[in-house]
Amino acid sequence: MSKAPAGTLYRGREGMWSWVAHRVTGFLIFFFLLVHVLDTSLVRVSPEAYNAVIGTYKNPIMGIGEAGLVAAIVFHAFNGVRVMLVDFWSQGPRYQRVMLWVVIGLFVVTMAGFLPRHLMNVFGGGH
Amino acid sequence: MSQLATQAPAVAAPRSPRSRRTTRTNYELYGWVFMRASGVVLLVLIFGHLFMNLIDGEGINAIDFGFVAGKWASPLWQVWDLLMLWLAMIHGTNGVRTIINDYAERTGTRVVLKSALYLSFVVVVVLGTLVIFTFDPCPAGSPADLLPSFCEA
Repeated sequence: MSKAPAGTLYRGREGMWSWVAHRVTGFLIFFFLLVHVLDTSLVRVSPEAYNAVIGTYKNPIMGIGEAGLVAAIVFHAFNGVRVMLVDFWSQGPRYQRVMLWVVIGLFVVTMAGFLPRHLMNVFGGGH
Repeated sequence: MSQLATQAPAVAAPRSPRSRRTTRTNYELYGWVFMRASGVVLLVLIFGHLFMNLIDGEGINAIDFGFVAGKWASPLWQVWDLLMLWLAMIHGTNGVRTIINDYAERTGTRVVLKSALYLSFVVVVVLGTLVIFTFDPCPAGSPADLLPSFCEA
């Protein structure tokens, strides 16, 4: 099958970009999940092995990575609800654009609650 | 004209029923339903997991062997983590399968990538399940200060 000419398949705007973001975040989360099961499995090796590896999650660079991971999860979760509303709610397709802006608003609120808490823990001010 | 007519592919008569069937099963439909059903459950499970491990108490600084042992002493968190492991792995594997199908255009590339994906799925799910069910919170010979307090007895 020949490829579609440029500019016809991807429609742009909220519908396409939310789909792109959903893919990218889902892909990233999946690869973290593989690593996360492996690191947690070290509890079966020894307490020392687990604590050594989990200790690397507590340094500032990893702490920023965790903030990015949580951001990806929060977006994927909220946009997933939007996808279900588009699929199952009779008015969903009509409001899909508005719902993306609602998703972004909820994302900002959630991250505004999470980030200070997490970054204070990571950078030592949250004890 | 006569030569063109003999070479033209067979074209169905107008209004004849289309044969759109490319598979015999409904597995793609079940996958579509599963992504939505598991997504709702995962939203609750993962937000709960993030709250317990990153927000509650001292957040990530509190996580160590004793923290995990304390959580898995409760059947609630064992079931929670087991369900999260299975649902997230199936949800994520099916998502990556879709991405591979979309972007890997050569059959051989798709086979290789999906084989690696399914192998990772089996290894990670089996390993994670075994760890949850065979976890020993008080391994013999480990320093007491690394273990949960209930190991003293």
